[in-house]
Amino acid sequence: MEKMACVSTVSSRTMFCHLDAPANAISVCRDATQVVVAGRNIFKIYAMEEDGFVERLNLRVGRKPSLNFSCADVMWHQMEENLLATAATNGAVVTWNLARPCRNKQEHLFTEHKRTVNKVCFHPTEVHMLLSGSQDGFMKCFDLRKKESVSTFSGQSESVRDVQFSMKDYFTFAASFENGNVQLWDIRRPDRYERMFTAHTGPVFCCDWHPEDRGWLATGGRDKMVKVWDMTTNRAKEIYCVQTIASVARVKWRPERRWHLATCSMMVDHNIYVWDVRRPFIPFATFEEHKDVTTGIVWSHQHDPYVLLSGSKDSTLYQHIFKDASRPVDRANPEGLCFGLFGDLAFAAKESLMTGEAGRKPYPAGDRRYPIFFFKKPDVTEQFAQVASALSVFESEADGSSRMDWFIKTARRYLLSGKPFAELCDHNAKVAKELNRPQVSTTWTMLRIMFSDPGNPALPANHNMSKLGNIPLMNSFNLKEMSSALNERNKENRQDNLHNLETNLNNDENEETEGSDGQAEYLFGDAELDDDDLYSMEHENQAEEAEFSLPQEAFPLRHEIVDHPSAPEPPAEKPESPQVSGSEAESFCLTPMESISLISVSQLLYQPQLPPSFFCPVVREMLDYYAEQGDVQMAVSVLIVLGDRIRKEIDELTQEHWYMSYIDLLQRFELWNVSNEVIKLSTCSAITCLNQASTTLHINCSNCKRPMSNKGWICDRCHQCASVCAVCHHVVKGLFVWCQGCSHGGHLEHVMEWLKSSNHCPAGCGHLCEYT
Amino acid sequence: MKEESAVEIPQPLSSGPSAFIPAEVILDERVGQEVMSDSLLSVSHADHLVAVMRLHPDYLSCFLRTQNALLQPDGPLPLSWRHYIIIMASARHQCSYLVQLHSSAFLLAGGDVSWLRGLHCAPPKLQCLQTLNKLLAHRPWLITQEHIQELVSPGAEPRWSLAELIQAVVLMSHAHSLTSFIWGCGIHPEPDCSADEHLPPASPVGPLSRSPPPQQDDTTNHQEWTEAVNEVQLLMEKMMMVQQQDEEFTPEELVTRFERERTESLLEPAEVVPLTLPDSISRFVRDPDFIYQDFSPRGEQSPPTLRAQDYSWEDHGFSLMNRLYGEMAQLLDEKFQVVCALTYHTMAMHTHVDTSTLRKALWNYIHCIYGIRYDDYDYGEVNQLLERSLKVFVKTAACHPEKTTLRMYSCFWRQFRHSEKVHVNLLLMEAKLQAALLYALRAITRYMT
Repeated sequence: MEKMACVSTVSSRTMFCHLDAPANAISVCRDATQVVVAGRNIFKIYAMEEDGFVERLNLRVGRKPSLNFSCADVMWHQMEENLLATAATNGAVVTWNLARPCRNKQEHLFTEHKRTVNKVCFHPTEVHMLLSGSQDGFMKCFDLRKKESVSTFSGQSESVRDVQFSMKDYFTFAASFENGNVQLWDIRRPDRYERMFTAHTGPVFCCDWHPEDRGWLATGGRDKMVKVWDMTTNRAKEIYCVQTIASVARVKWRPERRWHLATCSMMVDHNIYVWDVRRPFIPFATFEEHKDVTTGIVWSHQHDPYVLLSGSKDSTLYQHIFKDASRPVDRANPEGLCFGLFGDLAFAAKESLMTGEAGRKPYPAGDRRYPIFFFKKPDVTEQFAQVASALSVFESEADGSSRMDWFIKTARRYLLSGKPFAELCDHNAKVAKELNRPQVSTTWTMLRIMFSDPGNPALPANHNMSKLGNIPLMNSFNLKEMSSALNERNKENRQDNLHNLETNLNNDENEETEGSDGQAEYLFGDAELDDDDLYSMEHENQAEEAEFSLPQEAFPLRHEIVDHPSAPEPPAEKPESPQVSGSEAESFCLTPMESISLISVSQLLYQPQLPPSFFCPVVREMLDYYAEQGDVQMAVSVLIVLGDRIRKEIDELTQEHWYMSYIDLLQRFELWNVSNEVIKLSTCSAITCLNQASTTLHINCSNCKRPMSNKGWICDRCHQCASVCAVCHHVVKGLFVWCQGCSHGGHLEHVMEWLKSSNHCPAGCGHLCEYT
Repeated sequence: MKEESAVEIPQPLSSGPSAFIPAEVILDERVGQEVMSDSLLSVSHADHLVAVMRLHPDYLSCFLRTQNALLQPDGPLPLSWRHYIIIMASARHQCSYLVQLHSSAFLLAGGDVSWLRGLHCAPPKLQCLQTLNKLLAHRPWLITQEHIQELVSPGAEPRWSLAELIQAVVLMSHAHSLTSFIWGCGIHPEPDCSADEHLPPASPVGPLSRSPPPQQDDTTNHQEWTEAVNEVQLLMEKMMMVQQQDEEFTPEELVTRFERERTESLLEPAEVVPLTLPDSISRFVRDPDFIYQDFSPRGEQSPPTLRAQDYSWEDHGFSLMNRLYGEMAQLLDEKFQVVCALTYHTMAMHTHVDTSTLRKALWNYIHCIYGIRYDDYDYGEVNQLLERSLKVFVKTAACHPEKTTLRMYSCFWRQFRHSEKVHVNLLLMEAKLQAALLYALRAITRYMT
């Protein structure tokens, strides 16, 4: 205790000194009075004094210093205060004895490694034992009383990035590797590692044993993670994980603070972070002094948690005092925002921030403050600011556009296969219509018309004919004129309100197509009811355009396709109107649409039909449009239903992308059956193989409870038939159904039958099984 | 070069994917090693380049994945720009193959046809890249943070974002190293390219002759065979020796060895006569006289070498790239790993050989040409393992790829299989790519700090 007090009084302020060259590593002597700095062109010892660092010794001697002085790492012995070891970039391991009387303090030179030595490490309690890890994949243990290494450990891998003796286990050391593995070795057994596990993807640059907890090992890697492993269990278990913003170059546990560790990064980020591993999202403290990457960090004393030393590529050596550190938590506003599956929005923020807004206009749908339903118990050991947050949930309106009901219903009810093409289209059109999505419905109808077998076009035509009897009227007026007139009116109407438009339109309809009169009126009335303040004027305008473009679409089909190659474009415009899931826009579409399909089809009776491939570009654009609008459901459904008719038009990657998005959505809504059907029907190899992943089912023998080998129905161990049906006592080779209460079961149909007549388990165990 | 004069002058092959490698070799081995997944093949049409690379299927799949990722729709730069950058880059090494390939790809991606009239027609933002392109292609060690600053700093007009720049850098160095491979393997232009743009492979051998190579009489044939067998034997012995030797050298000696390898002049001065470029290429090149140069004539103060320990791909390059262009960092890292680990344990007629020292020597030699030094490598090994003709080939293909000739190709490792020579080219290409990337990334790092 005396020593500790002494340490903290000696130097208790943040200070730094300039070095002559970038540092690669630093190390302190045991009593925290001196620090050694090593780099390619520097190897010096500084004393830490009240008013700054004082250079004590320059170990880099000679006129033309050899590469042996070019250090990748340095370590000061924690027992013997005159002993230092360095790892040289040319593969040499050098020990230095400060007690040597001459200027050259070099004591031993080991040149056994073939490549750069990345790390040296003294045994924490044994004076003469030194360990090194090198790029050549070997670790060597040296006895400083001998001239060469006493044992060599082969990692069977490319390069060793770090080696660390365990603090508590005398014989154990950990080594981290460039391929992401960490190995545990017993110093007495150089033939084979005790244990190996993969800690990171990419190189593991560093590792550090917890000074107190026997089994904790922290590792840092190029994958920007710091992980804490519990090594006491059979399998190394990851207990904490901290995600940083850059490759982790060094990691050091903070003395006297069980959950704290300091990290610095290899590139890009120059700060030193101290993390509480239980709070992995925001650093506990940050030191921001360095101007280039920090290469070495070390706590000044093994019992002093307040002083951290660091060396950097910017050629400075810093002493950081904890009270000068910046605390990112203080500047952070803990807030969270998340969208729910059904369009709900949850928002959590600091309570102090939320209370100040009493006068705020509430969201129309209602802003329900949820009571705080979970508390994190304030932990006294955790010196983190405690924040109480208020959670608000904004629920979307029952019939609002953000609801996703239509998605689920559509997904459930669409038919994608199993019937002739035209029927599928009709069915899907019907589904869309029932869900009040006329635009989609129309699209399906159009698809049917475009791609139907030209052999029997009369079928849909008749269908429409019967619906509207007074067709001949249509031929009598100039359709082109009408559409332009409508467009003009459309422009006028932009400034007008919805009402005006409706009356205009109704007049049109009344004059021209008596047949649909009643229907139109009804629908417009409907639109009025649903009219909502939330819908902006923009929506309405676009909706009008959608409506008025429709007549155009039909007419070119009839007269102009052959003359004007550009004519097919109007049909593509139609889907370009935004899909408004409200109602008024769609009710506009409905009436004209019906007559259109009628017109075009009735014309087809007199003119030879265009080949379906003619429409492919249009359909492709339409699919792109739907996908862009976020309705990937439509894109995928059409893709599947059209199958080969359209597949070649769309590049594989886009298709895959759509499929993936749709399947993802379906799975979020837990529509497993639909998603499986989509996977099955897809033609992308990348998608269909989704079904083939993890199809293995591991079973245990029902008698001896041991895992079954994968051949046959007889357990290898107890030589009994496994999975016998409780009803018929034969082996079940297909579907096996079992009660989750008593775990008896058998053939599906047998069990079903049995439970119709009896409530008890067929095995006679007395359990009251239920079959639902 | 005396002994070589006795050898008959080899004739470039006029058919097949490569002018150096007989078509039968490429097609034969392709059947035996067909492990390519269909998806990869469908993405890239099976061109000559792929046909030659298919000799090493493991590498090929990796290479294609990287190339596809570079040219896939997502990314900071528009697709047509990316093709144009490749055109600019490959024009520096006079690679008509890539220029033509990417000119058509450029148009397919919706590029403005007028840009193809020449660099002066491209947007100024692309023209700004020219300095960086030039340096990356020929003397990457001259790239400094100022070059990066010019393009990226807030005052720069037109300004590049770091994400765009890093993609451009990868594209350029990818193209530069690929030209080395294309010239080094003598790959023919694609047949579908317009005939008038064809360039005969630039070789001093002379115009293409259709006549089959003259038959040698048996005695010279036999003599040459034994000679070559001995060469291989000798090389293997040297490799064993290098692996076992445990000598100590003074650091001065090691430095001298590095310098010697670096500055060894392998090119006859007569060859450095500037070539007049065909118009199809010169319109994309500015300052065509700027070419590779040894750092400095012996004795003079040379620019500081890059120490591999201070800026390595694994630690620093990857970390920076990962931040700016994450997926590419992963792909490149994987590619470097694959190419460094690639071995079939064969050497000419011998099997079960540990070729790691030889591969290491090649890799480090190429890095040495570009001034990257490994503290822990003894450059004496390069001298022992790489014969002069191999060094001539490697240095030419790396630094002046357009001057690579069939003669250079056939002179080194005479008894080795073509696939092994392609392997050399792969190492060469990747080492060159890594070297260029390291210099560029180092400059970006310095700019960022």
